[in-house]
Amino acid sequence: MGFKRKDLLSIASLAPEEITLILDAAEPFKEVSGREIKKVPALRGKTVANLFFEPSTRTRASFELAAKRLSADVINFSPSASSVMKGETLLDTARNIEYMQADIIILRHSSAGAAETLARAVRSSVINAGDGWHEHPTQALLDLFTIKEKKSGFKGLRVAIVGDLAHSRVARSDIRALTKMGAEVLVIGPPTMIPPYLDRLGVKISFDLDSALPGMDVIIMLRLQLERQGRSLFPTVREYSRLYGLTPERVRLAASDVLIMHPGPINRGIEIAPEVADSPSASILDQVTNGVAVRMGLMYLLSQLN
Amino acid sequence: MKTLIRNGHVIDPGRFNGKADVLIEGGKIAAVGAKLLVKGDNSSHVTVIEAKGLWVCPGFVDLHVHLREPGFEYKETIATGARAAVAGGFTSVCCMPNTRPVNDSRSVTEFILRQAASAKQAHVFPIGAITKGSDGNELAEIGELYDAGCVALSDDGRPVMQSLIMRRAMEYALAFNLPIIDHCEDLSLAEGGSMNEGLVSTELGLAGIPSAAEEVMVARNVALAELTGARLHLAHVSTVGSVRLVREAKSRGLAVTAEACPHHFSLTEEAVRNFNTHAKMNPPLRTGADVQAVKEGLRDGTIDGIATDHAPHAVQEKQLQFDEAPFGIVGLETALPLVLNLVEEGVLSSEQAISKLTCAPAQVFALPKGTLALGADADVVLIDPDHTWVVDPSRFQSKARNTPFTGWTMKGRVMKTIVGGEVVYDSP
Repeated sequence: MGFKRKDLLSIASLAPEEITLILDAAEPFKEVSGREIKKVPALRGKTVANLFFEPSTRTRASFELAAKRLSADVINFSPSASSVMKGETLLDTARNIEYMQADIIILRHSSAGAAETLARAVRSSVINAGDGWHEHPTQALLDLFTIKEKKSGFKGLRVAIVGDLAHSRVARSDIRALTKMGAEVLVIGPPTMIPPYLDRLGVKISFDLDSALPGMDVIIMLRLQLERQGRSLFPTVREYSRLYGLTPERVRLAASDVLIMHPGPINRGIEIAPEVADSPSASILDQVTNGVAVRMGLMYLLSQLN
Repeated sequence: MKTLIRNGHVIDPGRFNGKADVLIEGGKIAAVGAKLLVKGDNSSHVTVIEAKGLWVCPGFVDLHVHLREPGFEYKETIATGARAAVAGGFTSVCCMPNTRPVNDSRSVTEFILRQAASAKQAHVFPIGAITKGSDGNELAEIGELYDAGCVALSDDGRPVMQSLIMRRAMEYALAFNLPIIDHCEDLSLAEGGSMNEGLVSTELGLAGIPSAAEEVMVARNVALAELTGARLHLAHVSTVGSVRLVREAKSRGLAVTAEACPHHFSLTEEAVRNFNTHAKMNPPLRTGADVQAVKEGLRDGTIDGIATDHAPHAVQEKQLQFDEAPFGIVGLETALPLVLNLVEEGVLSSEQAISKLTCAPAQVFALPKGTLALGADADVVLIDPDHTWVVDPSRFQSKARNTPFTGWTMKGRVMKTIVGGEVVYDSP
């Protein structure tokens, strides 16, 4: 089957075959990024607009690099500084970009649903680069790509996702992606950070990291958003780190070939010990490399259609 | 000047249900009965309205609308809101005080009554603020509001969080026998939420408002009503727990009443799935179990009446992102068919359904409305219960278009609305 979508808004809306298609499309582009001349003409003459309403360094840079390595023209908007201050709505800002003939709009926004709303309003393809706590689909795709490189397959793979599940768009996309591909997902965190009915998404829930880790093939650590301290979600960073931080001792509880992942940016010494982040089991920087390839593959597929 | 409504099926809940004529004289109900126009009457002095195949009912009474004037005339005015009311069959509406300025003074109350009188549509009954500026700190001049014509008190949308202030308001209002209405929401539990907390909010990554945010305040208010003996009216109850608490309070004989909104028994949180801001209201759309509980509450009398919580907003406000858009939907012009769905489903009889829109809410605020009794104001609505139509917001009489029911096929339509003996609305 081909990829027939105008937009990539969520993992929830994708069929497993579509996920596989994107991962397969990303394969050859990983090789491109390893070349001396890291550029192919796949998107020559196309325009990609980065529209980031929230501060972001790595995701924005990753999309920009991906577009440039495909030979697209890239424009960057950070409307937090300009039009939002003048009272312009997201849709008006985006329509302006559409009428600059942008082929693909990449949107990061603090409101859940922003990408979906935008996609309904513009002809350009829209890629959701993170909308509130809702989804961050390209992060999930690059996580799958990274797992696929290191593990034999997804079926029956045991994956732990640890941290603040309630306020994480990465977690929502990863849960959707991993369960669709046949992995067994266990989420671990304090009850204050597990949203209601999360089990209905096909995951198991635990509040205790030590008893949850044995047998895990993959551990995905979520970033602790430090600004949430004082919101009664957890008493102190110290206690959070003691209960849910990934230490070398805890890594030893998991499978011997466990893969450790983190969407970044990491809080060293809080949710992940430095020795763990820097260990051979950790694939945090591979995730970054793969992010560019996955985003190239995705933009290529979208441009083929439109 | 006489008007005769002829050959209709009169439903005057608790009083009359059957084929009859209704005679209006001098703006009042003069007679209800068979073949009222006797031979020899000079028919040139009588305007005859043919109502064959129609229900003839008392005009509806809405205990909960937002007319936005003064201060937010870009959303709605008293004239457009009152026009929307009669188009939906409502001949009396009670308007919430969250205007700018807040209706916490005689001058605002009198302004509202003046605007309503010049609009010559529905009767408008102002609801005064409980606290000055509805900021929850000091009681408004409740005696003055009562004298000016307020029929109830509420800080709707900005619930009184301090229990002591609520206690004092309930006690003080007893001097005027005014009901206290509360929008039950614990603001700390609801903080940041934009939809019901549950499976859908988890999937969509939207901050949720738990049922408990409503229920803890219902429980508090019931306890305070018991302490003070106040007349407590609970606005828009939406959860299983709220219905249970009200049922229990009533069974103990407390002076507690409650209303429910059509959207809370017609839609669930599933309507939010595509981030449709027209499915954003407060209290939020809940679950299927909550919808069932609200229906059961209406059926067994726990919930006295149906109110729309008509909350107009401008187009651009609902074009914001879901979490940024304001709460609320318009309801006056879609209420009737949604209530009639309950008849279709067997939840209510047709007489019960009409009662929930007329005499039952009127009784809650002791309004002399919602009846076709001899001598009552001739506020009458003619309904075609079988007329099907498709909701097209561009045809609303309201200034606003924010409805989740766009494109719905509705059964049951208001054909004619009469206020004080004058026809103020005629279905096109």
